Amino acid sequence: MAQTAVPQEYKWWSGGKSPFNVSYGKLMMWYFLMSDTFTFGAFLISYGTIRFSQEYWPNPNHVFNSFPFAGHEANLPLAFVSLMTFILIISSVTMVLAVHAGHNMDKKGVQKYMLWTILGGLAFLSCQAWEWTHLLTGAHKVLIDGQIHELNTTVSHNPWGPQVMHNGELVGTPGPVAFGGYFFGITGFHGFHVFSGVVINIIMYIMTTRNVFHNRGHYEMIEKAGLYWHFVDLVWVFVFLCFYLI
Amino acid sequence: MSNEAVLHAPAGLVHEEHHGHHHHHESFITKYIFSQDHKMISKQFLFTGIVWAILGGLMSVLFRLQLGYPNETFPILEDLLGKWAKGGKIQPEFYYALVTMHGTVLVFFVLTAGLSGTFSNLLIPLQCGARDMASPFLNMLSYWFFFAASIVMISSFFIETGAASGGWTSYPPLSAIGDFSEGSKAGMDCWLISMALFIVSSLLGGLNYIATILNMRTKGLSMTKLPLTIWAFFFTAVLGVLSFPVLLSGAILLLFDRHLGTSFYLSDVFVSKTQTALPNEGGSAILYQHLFWFLGHPEVYIILLPAMGMASEIISTNSRKPIFGYMAMVGSLFAICILAFLVWAHHMFVTGLNPFLGAAFVLLTLLIAVPSAIKVFNWLTTLWKGNIRFTPAMLFAIGFVSLFISGGLTGIYLGNSALDYQLHDTYFVVAHFHIVMGVASMFGMFAGIYHWYPKMYGRYLNNTLGYIHFWVTICGAYLIFWPMHYQGLAGAPRRYYDISNWHFLKGFDGLNQFISTVALIVFATQILFVFNYFFSMFRGRKLKNPNPWGSNTLEWTTPINPGHGNWPGEIPEVHRWAYDYSKDGREYIPQTEPIGAGESGHH
Repeated sequence: MAQTAVPQEYKWWSGGKSPFNVSYGKLMMWYFLMSDTFTFGAFLISYGTIRFSQEYWPNPNHVFNSFPFAGHEANLPLAFVSLMTFILIISSVTMVLAVHAGHNMDKKGVQKYMLWTILGGLAFLSCQAWEWTHLLTGAHKVLIDGQIHELNTTVSHNPWGPQVMHNGELVGTPGPVAFGGYFFGITGFHGFHVFSGVVINIIMYIMTTRNVFHNRGHYEMIEKAGLYWHFVDLVWVFVFLCFYLI
Repeated sequence: MSNEAVLHAPAGLVHEEHHGHHHHHESFITKYIFSQDHKMISKQFLFTGIVWAILGGLMSVLFRLQLGYPNETFPILEDLLGKWAKGGKIQPEFYYALVTMHGTVLVFFVLTAGLSGTFSNLLIPLQCGARDMASPFLNMLSYWFFFAASIVMISSFFIETGAASGGWTSYPPLSAIGDFSEGSKAGMDCWLISMALFIVSSLLGGLNYIATILNMRTKGLSMTKLPLTIWAFFFTAVLGVLSFPVLLSGAILLLFDRHLGTSFYLSDVFVSKTQTALPNEGGSAILYQHLFWFLGHPEVYIILLPAMGMASEIISTNSRKPIFGYMAMVGSLFAICILAFLVWAHHMFVTGLNPFLGAAFVLLTLLIAVPSAIKVFNWLTTLWKGNIRFTPAMLFAIGFVSLFISGGLTGIYLGNSALDYQLHDTYFVVAHFHIVMGVASMFGMFAGIYHWYPKMYGRYLNNTLGYIHFWVTICGAYLIFWPMHYQGLAGAPRRYYDISNWHFLKGFDGLNQFISTVALIVFATQILFVFNYFFSMFRGRKLKNPNPWGSNTLEWTTPINPGHGNWPGEIPEVHRWAYDYSKDGREYIPQTEPIGAGESGHH
């Protein structure tokens, strides 16, 4: 990644060249990501506002404690989401390797690592699908008006309210419905970003295979797709923080 | 290394292909419809903007008819509008749809897409010395997303339950629940989808404008040599790229509340029409207002800044004087851009906002008066002792300054939360924002059209019609909106279908008729302008001189009808700033002229 030597007092801003020494495409991608940051920022700040206006908020260790094939009794708080996060971060690493291979004009390397990145994205989406299904279909005993009901976690129902004793059994009460709305809304919007990232990566893979970048003389498109992918990854860190850790 | 490969790509790639020859064969479709030439795209934005301006203006004429003559019937309206004007009287549902659509259309489709879409597209490549936008393809997409948004919005008028009618701000819960009004049914969905498409369009456009200004200036054109138009478009684009996404978030949450049963904005709602209590709880309608106004306030500067930039350029050119305080102009644009993000809650003083928080927003709001005043004084000092040429463009630019002062002063009243408790949602607010943002920016747009029409079509607009257009419009604007201040101070609420029902507002009957009559005349004059526009396209006086106004900026160094690629040969190099007027005994010195021996350049 050696940069060409730049003479001192080189006038970057005097026109006729890019002041940041980047192509317009990368510049546009950076500004787009900034814009998208504001979209996610608005969602997360709305979530924070509503959450802290509630008297009670479900404990994530309690809500997210299951794992596929581990049975209903398993209590593995945040284990599954940690796996999801790990998968997504690893897919960012493979993306970096793809970009690096692109710098070296190594078509085979780009193909290999793009494939891993696509797989990582698909794996993350599959995990999310499982988690959503688990929440949407998993019924929990909830005490409403002295009666026991079975509630799932949806955008309009929340079984994760404070627990109370009822006939010698510990049961839940209805929790704030905003929980489901924000959880599915924001993780869904993030999932949509991952999905579009996977689609972009697939297109990049096809273009690489068809020698488009090789003939062009550079693999900058891979770099731009990489910027997007890392951004999606970074946003997940914040979503993870706001929904699972806090 | 890869970076270098991209930046110094082998010749023959991307923009180089336009060099010299413009004979690549274009079909009708690639030249006029799916064009990637920034000049054609700018005309497409302007055409669509004109269509929307006529429709939006017509809506205001219709509801002014109701406001001016609440007890009269106009049978012709029933013939034209059917059930929306049953018995020749605008029905309340339709009235609210008209008011809502008038606001939405004028704010977003005319003064955002029509204004910055037109002039950013036309002028950024031309004044920066670029062959086209950074990404002509995304630029084309930007227009077509706008077109799609237009189609969705216009189709909402043909839905049985009518267009959205909850005001251009679309506050929930009214906008969230279909049972609340006819316009909150399918019309509201159209509104939200149309806005989402519009946001994509504005994002694609904005990214292009920023990337082009930063990356593609010609040799020698440093940022401080840029004409103020470009600075204004730059800050406009930054505002759009950073504030529209927040509206997108707000709109998505609203769509979810409407259709998926979520409770983002809803809590403890009882629908009297169906006698049901909704299960939604925990949401906050105020949250929507925060999200909306985080866009909504920067939006007024998205509308205003391009007008400011063009007024600066036109005033300096036609005063034959350098712009006064160039760096102060840039600095105040920057200050306005920053402050625009920090004042949104001044739209929400009466929502129960904490008064201490309100005080902070009052302070920040009033701070905007500082850069605004700097700009006004700089325009006035540019005019001062100038050798003024009163072209129609110049008149509109001066009219812009006049309206900006008049409307800006009432902003200082409204920015005080204590006064806002009294004035909120009255006609005082209507008067304020129409003058300072609506009409002022329309004037900026007209100034731009009259000034750059020769660049667009190689012909002039008709001057006589231009003068009539200007004088009727400026007089009309003041006659329409000045009295509204008094109505507002007297407590007349905005958005009401018929204020004559209240005893204390009875005295305004005659005034309302007067305002409605003037509105009709002003609207007719705009039709005259549209006629002038299309007539001059084919019959206007032909341009002989490629630089008709004796301007310094780069767009006038292109041929009269520039092809795709703008300059037939090399792109000219820039040696000086854009405002060397009446310097060293010369009327103007184009930017392309090198600094002479013994001459000092502007710093």
